[in-house]
Amino acid sequence: MSHHIIDFADVHFRYPDGTEALRGIRFRITHGESVGIVGANGAGKSTLLQHLNGCLLPTQGTVTIGDLALTARTRREIHKKVGIVFQNPDDQLFMPTVFDDVAFGPLNLGLDEARVRERVDTALAMVNGLSLRDKPPHHLSAGQKSAVAIASVMAMEPDILAMDEPAATLDPRSRRLLISLLKGFTHSKIIASHDLDLILDVCRRCIVIGEGRVVADGPSEEILTKRELLEANNLELPLSLQKR
Amino acid sequence: MTFDERYFAVGRLDRLSYGRSLIHRLDPRVKVVATLLFLITVISFPPHEIVALLPFFLFPVLLLTLGGIPAGFILRKIVFVSPFALTIGIFNPVLDTRTVTVIAGLPISAGWLSFLSILLKFVLTTGAALLLVATTSFPGICHALRRLGFPPLFVSQLLFLYRYLFVLAEEAMRMTRARDMRTFGRRGLGVAVFVRLVGVLFLRTVDRAERIYGAMLSRGFRGDIPMLRKFRISFGDLAFLAAATILLGAFKFYPVTEGIGRLAQGVWP
Ligand SMILES: Nc1ncnc2c1ncn2[C@@H]1O[C@H](COP(=O)(O)OP(=O)(O)OP(=O)(O)O)[C@@H](O)[C@H]1O
Ligand SMILES: [Mg+2]
Repeated sequence: MSHHIIDFADVHFRYPDGTEALRGIRFRITHGESVGIVGANGAGKSTLLQHLNGCLLPTQGTVTIGDLALTARTRREIHKKVGIVFQNPDDQLFMPTVFDDVAFGPLNLGLDEARVRERVDTALAMVNGLSLRDKPPHHLSAGQKSAVAIASVMAMEPDILAMDEPAATLDPRSRRLLISLLKGFTHSKIIASHDLDLILDVCRRCIVIGEGRVVADGPSEEILTKRELLEANNLELPLSLQKR
Repeated sequence: MTFDERYFAVGRLDRLSYGRSLIHRLDPRVKVVATLLFLITVISFPPHEIVALLPFFLFPVLLLTLGGIPAGFILRKIVFVSPFALTIGIFNPVLDTRTVTVIAGLPISAGWLSFLSILLKFVLTTGAALLLVATTSFPGICHALRRLGFPPLFVSQLLFLYRYLFVLAEEAMRMTRARDMRTFGRRGLGVAVFVRLVGVLFLRTVDRAERIYGAMLSRGFRGDIPMLRKFRISFGDLAFLAAATILLGAFKFYPVTEGIGRLAQGVWP
């Protein structure tokens, strides 16, 4: 299916203060692929992810989602296809209660009440967050916020899922839950994380970013076992592969 | 009080609204309309009125008891904002020295009367507003306004104001905490640091607001916040509204205090 393809062609991005965060990213992700994005702090992972649905627009080069080139005009269409979980869940939760927040997307898609409730419940159940329904997001713990942020994106049932460091604040059980959730998501997904075990577990393919460029791109089992490559990018072998 | 404690005090008003008392369960629309009626009636009294205002305290007292809201908490909040009313009324005794009555040999000037009247009205109105929030929750009020026909843009703005207030407070809390941890009780080295903190706080909030707006667009935001919760006005709601209206009307148009006084004299001659 052509409409789930993600194509980055020589994408550059400069922040208003002059920081060159992306300097010629190119890759192509086809339907159903699961891709991990790894790299040092400040490598440009979050910046890259924000290009997926037009939160940021490239200063040079093109991003293509499905058959649409990303521009200010096609942004709205693309929003419906790509769901992004940001690195900081506070940026994502804006409604007064968890329920309202998760329902926000489905309601905007124009679903009727019964369908909305169903989607909210399923999405919250996915992240083990049903008991948080009526709480205001600003009274949640960091990990609970992450879980709700993930639910609010899953409730949109996006074609493409992108997550920025989704497991950093989750407790081990919620992290497991997230991993099985991700494995069950059969459409394309992109996950930026320092949790290399999670990447190894969930993503078939792995892209290493360094200083705004693609440094390596290949099957996760291959990339994540190259000690030198990983160490050159402030990373280390996944714990499950380290010999004690 | 440290900043953290102050922040949690803001949160407390919010948390009170999770209650499930009789008052909490009334339809938010009914409560909003009743509060508006109450405010209008109280404000409509002439500037020297005092005695006729007293019966109105029945409303907050009833709401406090039925709603299980701690009176001390609401009182402290009122005292906290009272300098505003004090500055408005404080010059009246000086400007208006006409003697209107003499009580126990003491001449009472019109200025003192109007000052006292301003204070009473202030306590009644802020008390009513606080109680509305404490028993309905801010989002509930916004939903009610939307259903009462207020324009979507206005209601969305109100909701965001509420959300961003917490964003701002959280951001400020993190920053003051970080500062206090590294200034070892020397209160952040004075005004210079404070001014720069406020500047950074502003930039951070603007950035934050922009990212939140991005998140909203990502989830299909088009300017109106869709509402799901359907409220249905019940018989109890209507009864509450009717009782409130009748009482307000009675207190406004009949000299109730005088009546009670006469009644008391009649009972105990
Ligand atoms: N709003 C901004 N304005 C200016 N520069 C920025 C901004 N946000 C990020 N940068 C810079 O862009 C570069 C890439 O940042 P980005 O957030 O994409 O890194 P990252 O790979 O996600 O890092 P981390 O692993 O720490 O999350 C960094 O050098 C950073 O300093
Ligand atoms: Mg990042």
